[in-house]
Amino acid sequence: MTPQAEWLRGTLLALALVMTGPVLADNKPDDGKVTNFLLDNGMEVVVIPDHRAPIVTHMVWYKIGSADEPPGKSGIAHFFEHLMFKATTNHAAGAFDRAVSAIGGSNNAFTSYDYTAFYETVVPQALEQMMDFEADRMRNLILNDNVIATERDVILEERRSRIDSNPQAVLGEEVDATLWQNQPYRIPVIGWMQEMEKLNRADAKAFYDKYYTPNNAVLVVAGDVDPEVVKALAEKTYGKIARGPDLPPRVRPVEPEQNTRRTVTLTDARVSVPNFSTQWVVPSYHTAKPGEAEALDLLAEILGGGSRSRLYQQLVVKQGIAAEAGAFFQGTMLDATNFTVYGAPRGDAKLADVQAAVEAEVARIAKDGVTSGELEKAKDRFVRSMIFARDKQDSMANIYGATLATGGSVRDVEEWPGRIRKVTADEVRDVAARYLNLNHSTSGYLLPQTQAGN
Amino acid sequence: MRNQLSGASASPLVRDFPSSTRREGRAARVATPLVTLFLSLLFLVLPALSARAAMSIQEVTSSKGITAWLVEDYSVPLVAIRFVFDGGTTQDPAGKEGLANLMSGLFDEGAGNLDSEAFQIKLDDVGAEMSFEASRDGTYGSMRMLAEQRDSAFDLLRLAVTEPRFDQAPIDRIRAQVLSGIIANELDPDTVAQRKWLEALYGTHPYARPDQGTRQSIATITAGDLIAFHKANFARDGLHVAVVGAIDAETLKKKLDMVFGGLPEHQALAPVADVDPKLNQQIEVNYDQPQTSLQLAYPGVKRSAPDFFAAVLMNEILGGSAFTSRLFNEVREKRGLAYSASSDLVDYQHANALAIATATRADRAAETLAVVREVVRRMAQEGPTEAELAATKKYLIGAYAINNLNSSGAIAATLLELQLDKLGIDYMQRRAALINAVTLDQVKAAAKKLLSAEPAIMIVGPKVGEAEKE
Repeated sequence: MTPQAEWLRGTLLALALVMTGPVLADNKPDDGKVTNFLLDNGMEVVVIPDHRAPIVTHMVWYKIGSADEPPGKSGIAHFFEHLMFKATTNHAAGAFDRAVSAIGGSNNAFTSYDYTAFYETVVPQALEQMMDFEADRMRNLILNDNVIATERDVILEERRSRIDSNPQAVLGEEVDATLWQNQPYRIPVIGWMQEMEKLNRADAKAFYDKYYTPNNAVLVVAGDVDPEVVKALAEKTYGKIARGPDLPPRVRPVEPEQNTRRTVTLTDARVSVPNFSTQWVVPSYHTAKPGEAEALDLLAEILGGGSRSRLYQQLVVKQGIAAEAGAFFQGTMLDATNFTVYGAPRGDAKLADVQAAVEAEVARIAKDGVTSGELEKAKDRFVRSMIFARDKQDSMANIYGATLATGGSVRDVEEWPGRIRKVTADEVRDVAARYLNLNHSTSGYLLPQTQAGN
Repeated sequence: MRNQLSGASASPLVRDFPSSTRREGRAARVATPLVTLFLSLLFLVLPALSARAAMSIQEVTSSKGITAWLVEDYSVPLVAIRFVFDGGTTQDPAGKEGLANLMSGLFDEGAGNLDSEAFQIKLDDVGAEMSFEASRDGTYGSMRMLAEQRDSAFDLLRLAVTEPRFDQAPIDRIRAQVLSGIIANELDPDTVAQRKWLEALYGTHPYARPDQGTRQSIATITAGDLIAFHKANFARDGLHVAVVGAIDAETLKKKLDMVFGGLPEHQALAPVADVDPKLNQQIEVNYDQPQTSLQLAYPGVKRSAPDFFAAVLMNEILGGSAFTSRLFNEVREKRGLAYSASSDLVDYQHANALAIATATRADRAAETLAVVREVVRRMAQEGPTEAELAATKKYLIGAYAINNLNSSGAIAATLLELQLDKLGIDYMQRRAALINAVTLDQVKAAAKKLLSAEPAIMIVGPKVGEAEKE
């Protein structure tokens, strides 16, 4: 266990709210049976009962993320998330926050490529009030120029703080823009600065009217609630909202065939230990053929998932050349996604040595596959994580919400452990061989200024 | 929750930084783990709710005199244990800074007759998660285990705690990783500035030292240093334990003796002086970067002070974790000056402070600092309104369960902090009344006391003059 050596993985992974694979629902006979249904206006509802604590997590997921933005309007999805906290025709600005705070609840929101979600964690008695507020802001927001200008300054500061102040983040943005040549994941969720500066009221209004409708939303309620009660409350609140225009299917540009090896390099005075990552375009749970995404999850775990993984054991422990080395796969995405390996040198080792050793492990796993022992241990860890990873109830809500917002179903979540168990060693080798071709990869290098010539 | 600044894929952007470190009292030291438990204890702090089934905290004392607080619960087949030995990084000898941190990385790197590889394979087979962490005032350990593998897991924990091997190869490897982290941050403006900030506030006190040490200090650490440090710190009279999950009191007593009974009885800690952070100073760190970050330090309040909750309520209104605070409203909502603006009560065993932090574009840094100082000045002079106080009392009472008791790990961490703060096993029943008893005058007095001082201020960013010329 390395107390201080998680910095690279941390910066590469960033906010991993919903990136891990889906997790099994609670199997207790009287608890955890997930129900889902549609309201008449098309809003989907998922209820995850969990009676261990008188707490409920109430989330609304909109199937709209940065990858759905119109050209030239990057950042509008995230900007709009911020604007949802402003005044409505029924409530003054801040009234919702004050109502949550007054009962000791917590609330927040987040935006990703494929979805935007809003949530409150409160006592169950407050569920109806939360639904009232949330339903209200789905349609009744007041968008005026003053509100827009001030909040735009906030997101510009957010960009300076998250991206522009951080060389790893600056590099990450441009690696993404290189890995993705055509697919909208090439554009950062927060947006490009020069486009963010021009986002205006008309953009916000158009975005709101098109996407913030009940038929484009998923309500997820997890906690100490009865599904029948949730249904009645949802009908009473969200059910009153008129269905919006039907949205076209979320068909976005996809990647052309990649025929090159691409590299992106940032040298920066703030960097003193170099690092690299190499990424490939791979299928997500939504786009993969049956079993492929599960095999990719297991591949990432065996290759570089933790301190028992091949990359860690070979590079950090046995060869002693890396401070860190690992791999990850982000499966819960609507379109094709990325598989990433990364590493940083330690001591006298050079970045090139670390990269060569990582690539040797990638080549070895693609050629010789994994042992049955490795595969079983990786599966055990995933299955065990379902007992451990019933986290707080909001992580269950996150798993269902993210899955449903990226084209999956409740059943997909529930059947995930069984599908993981079925993956064979050959299937893991096959996905490695099929997708991890170094000649068709994208690498990012973060280098100290003194190494600029290397 | 990780909130690294990164452009990595699939990272949702959140509305505001999560406030996991803004719990009342000590800053949260726990990476909140998994597994929700049934928490009917909530009815104690939320009297409006009907009681479901009482969750009781038991005090368990083993035959060797080791005490633990236990919440026995079988709704999930898990056991979570969390414990701390007093001491922590303040016990690092001068010149050996980083010793406690390095030791905390070595407990799963070989113990008893198992070398590093054998130990980690066994831990993986048993399916338990074990972690150690050195904080300023204590070395924390925790383990989550499947109930059916409980015996094997506790055996491994006993080995780790009582018989760590400190073999040279893992020492060198973990040290090299720590060193890499130190070097990686050497040119990072925030890290450099943070170090200057701690030195300015705490001078030569151990709180000024970097927890992971320096290039020079960690190079000098030997196996002998680790063995001596372990012996001096891992002893029964400085141990506090909390356990949550599928285990009964009688079984736990036996496990406590088994895991910790082999440790020496008495710690041999170096005394650590109390220290008042040095206020009334201004530190400027010039870097050409897109934002200027501002930090301000005011006097804090001790956990044991009679006006503790008055100060907690005041801080919450000033810049607490809800989106309703004055700083959030004045700096972000009204003026769009920053993404984040907050205040925190820093509560170490030997020092206290109220810390404010925000970051803004360089050419608006002066304006932002003026707004922050005006918010503080107004709070110091006028205090909060009756309505703000009433709302914040409700928030603090209700938020305790939602934030502190929402998983077995969180419950264990909370029980441990209650023991460290000597608040008593019935504290949760008393807490709401303690908060409700605070008067507006007391909060005004706390505001005046903490916020009238001239603060320490650190400004990190481009030279003021240069930024304004742009």
